[in-house]
Amino acid sequence: MKPALRLLLLALAAALALLVGVRVGAVPLSVGEVLDGVRGTGDAATVAIVRRLRLPRAVLAALVGGGLAASGATFQALLRNPLAEPYIMGVSGGAAVGAVLAIVLTGSLASGGIVALCAFAGALAAVLLVFRIASSVGRALDTRILLLAGVVVGAFFNACILLALTFADADAFRSAMFWIMGSLSGATWRSIGVLAAVFVPAILLLFALARSLDLLAVGEETAAALGTRVERTKLLAYGVASLLTAASVAVSGVIGFVGLVVPHVVRMLWGGGHRFLLPASVLLGAAFLVLADTLARTVAAPTELPVGVVTAFVGVPFFVYLLRRRQA
Amino acid sequence: MTAWSCRGVTFRYPGAPRAAVHEVSLEVPAGSCTAVLGPNGSGKSTLLRLLLGLLSPAQGSVLLGGRPVGEWRRDEVARAVGVVPQGEEAAFPMTVRELVAMGRYPHLGAWRREGEADRQAVERALRRCDVLALAGRALDTLSGGEKQRARVARALAQEPAALALDEPTAALDVSHEMAIFELLRQLAQGGTTVLLVTHSLNLAARYAHRLVLMDGGRIAAQGAPGEVLTRETVERVYGWPVRVVPHAGPGPDAGAPQVVPLAGDPSLDPARAAEDADAA
Repeated sequence: MKPALRLLLLALAAALALLVGVRVGAVPLSVGEVLDGVRGTGDAATVAIVRRLRLPRAVLAALVGGGLAASGATFQALLRNPLAEPYIMGVSGGAAVGAVLAIVLTGSLASGGIVALCAFAGALAAVLLVFRIASSVGRALDTRILLLAGVVVGAFFNACILLALTFADADAFRSAMFWIMGSLSGATWRSIGVLAAVFVPAILLLFALARSLDLLAVGEETAAALGTRVERTKLLAYGVASLLTAASVAVSGVIGFVGLVVPHVVRMLWGGGHRFLLPASVLLGAAFLVLADTLARTVAAPTELPVGVVTAFVGVPFFVYLLRRRQA
Repeated sequence: MTAWSCRGVTFRYPGAPRAAVHEVSLEVPAGSCTAVLGPNGSGKSTLLRLLLGLLSPAQGSVLLGGRPVGEWRRDEVARAVGVVPQGEEAAFPMTVRELVAMGRYPHLGAWRREGEADRQAVERALRRCDVLALAGRALDTLSGGEKQRARVARALAQEPAALALDEPTAALDVSHEMAIFELLRQLAQGGTTVLLVTHSLNLAARYAHRLVLMDGGRIAAQGAPGEVLTRETVERVYGWPVRVVPHAGPGPDAGAPQVVPLAGDPSLDPARAAEDADAA
């Protein structure tokens, strides 16, 4: 099968996942009702469910899933480490500190927008801190140092979160925990717009770096010999992938496993360079998170499961299966 | 015509007590094979990085094709010089063909798709290095020798005027090592400039037109193999007693100087004791 055809199929899968995500819920909708809702021609309740609840939530899930998967693939290539994932640079810890502080300090006053803003600021602070530490050691940006700096800064921020939670009242504690667990229930068209403003340029930039990422995954010396400006490319790719992760975390909290597993699934199924891997990961990540979120809000309804539980419960066994299949 | 030309090049790594390369001047003629020799830590790989523009000298100048190498863009260098780096370990599984196709990246840039000309260049490089039959195999299923041939194929797929190899036959067995050297000879005969860093004194003497012997960051000797690999020079640079004998042949390289390292105590070798007596 040609790569272009595979991408087309994956795009189809993502579109189907979106449709399923909008149809399934407390009020099941037919395809016709969904289309009426989108066009605004159905009855008021259907239009409200589609336009204000399910569609924004599914679209946000698609953007977050696609963004995390692309960012995970990028980090895995840059760090030359299959265990790398979007949160490895301390982004999740920094975002969580920002969000938890916003929740604990303002209590019930904290709107979704303010929490997201603080989370984004925290994530950026974490990324800058990690870069600052890593670039103060040695001449060039050493990926092993960067990895260690990310882990250490992440651990420090986790301690900060525990400290903040110790002094939080019960309500704030509860909402902070829910934020940390990650959820797409706060989806609005505004949050989608904000995320998309980062997502689109970030994805295009990463696509432009695809061949350089192929080379960096083989080795920095090799990449330089084959025409890559290694330091500039590393800095750009880290920066863009971190920013993309920060924006995703700011609107949805910390959702695990998408960024780690999706790129590996694409690699194991089809292999291939980043010119295929990146777009395929975006599409598969989008489809995966939309379906996982649909499952999370319906499987134990009216209780909503944290979406990270679903991504882990589905992702881990599938990953193990793929690992074993490759061994055979 | 010269491919590379260095004048008084000095480079020191930050924090290092002495310069890794000290006032080195050399010419690498185009269309022939030049081998850089020297003990561990003598500055061979650093010299190679300076020639490729991956490091900038503190003093002196490096010209590639008559132009300072610092003025070349990275992708320009990659279209002119194919590099086989010392060691590399791909982080994720890939096939031989995928690895070799990376040789086309400097020609393709970020967005252009692989065309027919690119596919043919990859095919030719695979055939040239005798890895066409392995094209579909995963890289991590290959032997060391096969992997190294695939890396040389990637450098050839760049269709460069010059080839730079950093210890391409380290850890290879005799037949794989010879196959690489034979390939380098053919390439040089076909007009490719070959620049090779190696520890194989004897194969370098047989296959290279010109040797550059480094010692402690300086050039100890350079020139034709017979001028460089003399007993005095080799013993001084490597600090080990040796004999130098002509290669017995048969083959096109019969008569090339061959270095035979002796047992630790030089008085154990009667032929050598006689030579020393003659010299005295």
